[in-house]
Amino acid sequence: MRRQLELVVNGEARRLELEDQRSLLSVLRDDLGLYGAKYGCGEGHCGACTVLVDGVPRRSCTTQVGTVAGKEITTVEGLEHDGKLHPVQQAFLEEEAFQCGYCTCGMIMGACGLLRRNPRPTAAQIRTFLDGHLCRCGTYQRIVAAVQRASRLLQGAQP
Amino acid sequence: MTDRERDLGQAPEVEAAQWGGVWEVERYELWEAAGDAVFSGWSRREFLQAAGGVVVCLLVRPAVAQPPPRGRFFSGSAPRQIGAWLHLDEKGNVTAYSGKVEVGQNVRTMLVQAVAEELRVPVERITMVLGDTQQCPFDAGTFGSRSAPSMVPQMRRAAAALREVLLDLAAERWQVSRDALAAEQGEILHKGDGRRIPYQELAGGQRIMRIIPDDVPLQPPDRWQVQGTAVKKVNALQIVTGKHRYTSDVQLPGMLYGKVLRPPALRARLRSVEIRHAESREGVVVVRDGDFVGVAAPTAWDAEQALAAIEADWEVAPEPDDHNLYEDLKRSAVSGDARFSGRAGFGRSGAAGDVERSLREADIVLEQAYRVAYIAHAPLEPRAAVAQWEDGRLTVWTGTQRPFGVRDELARQFGLSPDQVRVIVPDTGSGYGGKHTGEAAIEAARLARAAGRPVKLVWTREEEFQWAYFRPAGLIEIRSGVRRDGRLIAWECHNYNSGQSALATPYDVPNRRVEFHRSDAPLRQGSYRALAATANTFARETHMDELAVKLQLDPVEFRLKNLTDPRLTAVLKAAVEAFGWGKPAQNGRGFGVACGTEKGSYVATCAEVEVDPEEKRVRVVRAVTAFECGAILNPDQLRNQVEGALVMGLGGALWEEIRFQQGKITNARFSAYRVPRFRDIPSIEVVLLDRKDLPSAGAGETPIIAIAPAVGNAIYAACGIRLRSMPLLGDEWKAATSG
Ligand code: FES
Ligand code: FES
Repeated sequence: MRRQLELVVNGEARRLELEDQRSLLSVLRDDLGLYGAKYGCGEGHCGACTVLVDGVPRRSCTTQVGTVAGKEITTVEGLEHDGKLHPVQQAFLEEEAFQCGYCTCGMIMGACGLLRRNPRPTAAQIRTFLDGHLCRCGTYQRIVAAVQRASRLLQGAQP
Repeated sequence: MTDRERDLGQAPEVEAAQWGGVWEVERYELWEAAGDAVFSGWSRREFLQAAGGVVVCLLVRPAVAQPPPRGRFFSGSAPRQIGAWLHLDEKGNVTAYSGKVEVGQNVRTMLVQAVAEELRVPVERITMVLGDTQQCPFDAGTFGSRSAPSMVPQMRRAAAALREVLLDLAAERWQVSRDALAAEQGEILHKGDGRRIPYQELAGGQRIMRIIPDDVPLQPPDRWQVQGTAVKKVNALQIVTGKHRYTSDVQLPGMLYGKVLRPPALRARLRSVEIRHAESREGVVVVRDGDFVGVAAPTAWDAEQALAAIEADWEVAPEPDDHNLYEDLKRSAVSGDARFSGRAGFGRSGAAGDVERSLREADIVLEQAYRVAYIAHAPLEPRAAVAQWEDGRLTVWTGTQRPFGVRDELARQFGLSPDQVRVIVPDTGSGYGGKHTGEAAIEAARLARAAGRPVKLVWTREEEFQWAYFRPAGLIEIRSGVRRDGRLIAWECHNYNSGQSALATPYDVPNRRVEFHRSDAPLRQGSYRALAATANTFARETHMDELAVKLQLDPVEFRLKNLTDPRLTAVLKAAVEAFGWGKPAQNGRGFGVACGTEKGSYVATCAEVEVDPEEKRVRVVRAVTAFECGAILNPDQLRNQVEGALVMGLGGALWEEIRFQQGKITNARFSAYRVPRFRDIPSIEVVLLDRKDLPSAGAGETPIIAIAPAVGNAIYAACGIRLRSMPLLGDEWKAATSG
């Protein structure tokens, strides 16, 4: 159904008129011009489209936009602060935890969600939590290292 | 295809394999290099005129840069071609142009390093323009591990030539001998009195065209300062911030979203179609052109709704089924195809010695067949394109490994000259050999032409699985003979359909015959990372393991007994040592080893697996890969490639298999097609051998070839079940562990 919705994306309230069954992914990309979340499968099985909804990782491809009206949505574009990378972004950069990079934004958002819940995850916990994310280039080992590095960076940042 | 390319020996099957044609095997090995002897398009001239600063255009003789591959279809030597060109602007920034594309293999960084090394300019001041047919020199495509051995040297020569020009200019300006000068950090330095002048001041806006002299001095590998070091991926910041624009992220003013009506099965033909309901929707354009039906609409949602409103009636044709796949491949095979014959070198059909007699003389004869399933590349970014028409000229952004090939496909499709078409390839969400074609580009261009507006088309995951092409399935039969002392004396190997890369054995066998047989393939098939080297290495290395078991020899010892190739021996020994081969495995676990070579690089992998046949469970616990590809260009990125290839290879090794019934791929989703995930990743150790004395070979492909046989052999060692099919955990495993 077409209706007026208010979306709070990266801290900014946006009023939109749209079909409320559309996927959050398509609205972020096509209506709001936020291309960090990617399409990889459309069925919740690759994680490329992951964003945070009220701090929890969600597959935006299978999330109808009408169900997240008024909720706090964070995309990769909302992570930087004062022109500084988020520690998770910094850690991915330092570990070079990507090849083609198509999975990276989704991985970063998934990792942010994990670290909010568990600031010091073990390698096994990281693998389990991120298991729904695909990296076809096979950089998993580096991604685990990046999340561990991010965990250390975050702890350094918060005394 | 331009006439030039045709003259240069484009294989007939390559033509047949263009989109619209369906079957191809191993396209990318057939042909490479060649190109325009001069700038071909007005656009390039215009580009050169428009650019300020100094432009240096390097004409490369391929014979100098890289000998043409000894391809079966390569005839004669190519004339001079433009290998690369460079532009130095007024601020001292350098832009380099290459027709290669970035698909995650890090060619962008590798080429920046090459320019930085020879031109002596900091990495931050160099920009690479890749994969834009209007700005970049012709390139056959990004495949076959050719960037490192071929494009990097060209780029280095180009940069070195520019450096030499700048040295000349400085010598002239200061009226000193060139020997007194050095190039460093974007400046020419007078070694005597310390004077410095930035490159851009020397260039002073002139246009310089140089043919690279054959003896342009290149920095020797032992003095590399930038090449050979772990330079970070140059556009990594764009990636972690989400700012990089992949094709599917390209947005143009007034752009519409496209969708294409797909048949219900591979060979179904359109009988009739009702488009009125779709057409009556606001803002929707429907295109019907033969069997092609597509829509363009203001939003992707509208496009989906419009597509759903189309009613189509399909004529069902006899459709392929995977029921008797391997029997069918063998039955339909064409043997003795002269195009695939020759000396039995690497990847060539051919024969030496007397196989039949030596088999009679052997102490042990072993005959076995191996199977390799169809698998999909499944790059995380599916096919996508954005097309725009302006004054009869077409521009398409698309993720392809062959920008110039797709440009020519588009030109042919729309009756344009290649100069009227521009293909731009944004760094792409990978390809793995799966994006050589331009399906989405053609579809988007058709829709955009009809709509009179730019159109974006992004394939769904299901479309990508169903309508892209696959790595060919194959049946491989091997017959071998050994003497009791472990010497191989006879080797015969037949590959049906999957291809001939790494078909010949790298072991020393005096009597051998290998042959590739083309089959009537049921599915559209084409290139894939390492092509058939994975299949042929799987069959050979599994067979070697079986022989070692029969001989009661350690598999490593057996291999070394029959190996004289020093590079392959070196990686095998390195892998075995790092792995700790020879120690006994824990209960329920087993060790396996495999090695191979392809495209000038060498790999050996040892794997440790844990098997529970009762539970039908296999877990790869640990893998060690040793890899050597000549002089290492960037150790960290090489490590990344080797790890990534190993992980990707695990998918084809254990689970990946395209299933099809009635012309329909039955597992065309990530929820049904099992690929490697976090939980599957073993602990991985990579050992890199750096051979500064050898030219650099590509590294994106070969490290994938040894993991499957290493894991299969480890499964046998753990539980005594011998698996001869890829994927290992497919039907054969199910049969072996049921009941
Ligand atoms: S696109 Fe959403 S999980 Fe794959
Ligand atoms: S880096 Fe390519 S999919 Fe992860």
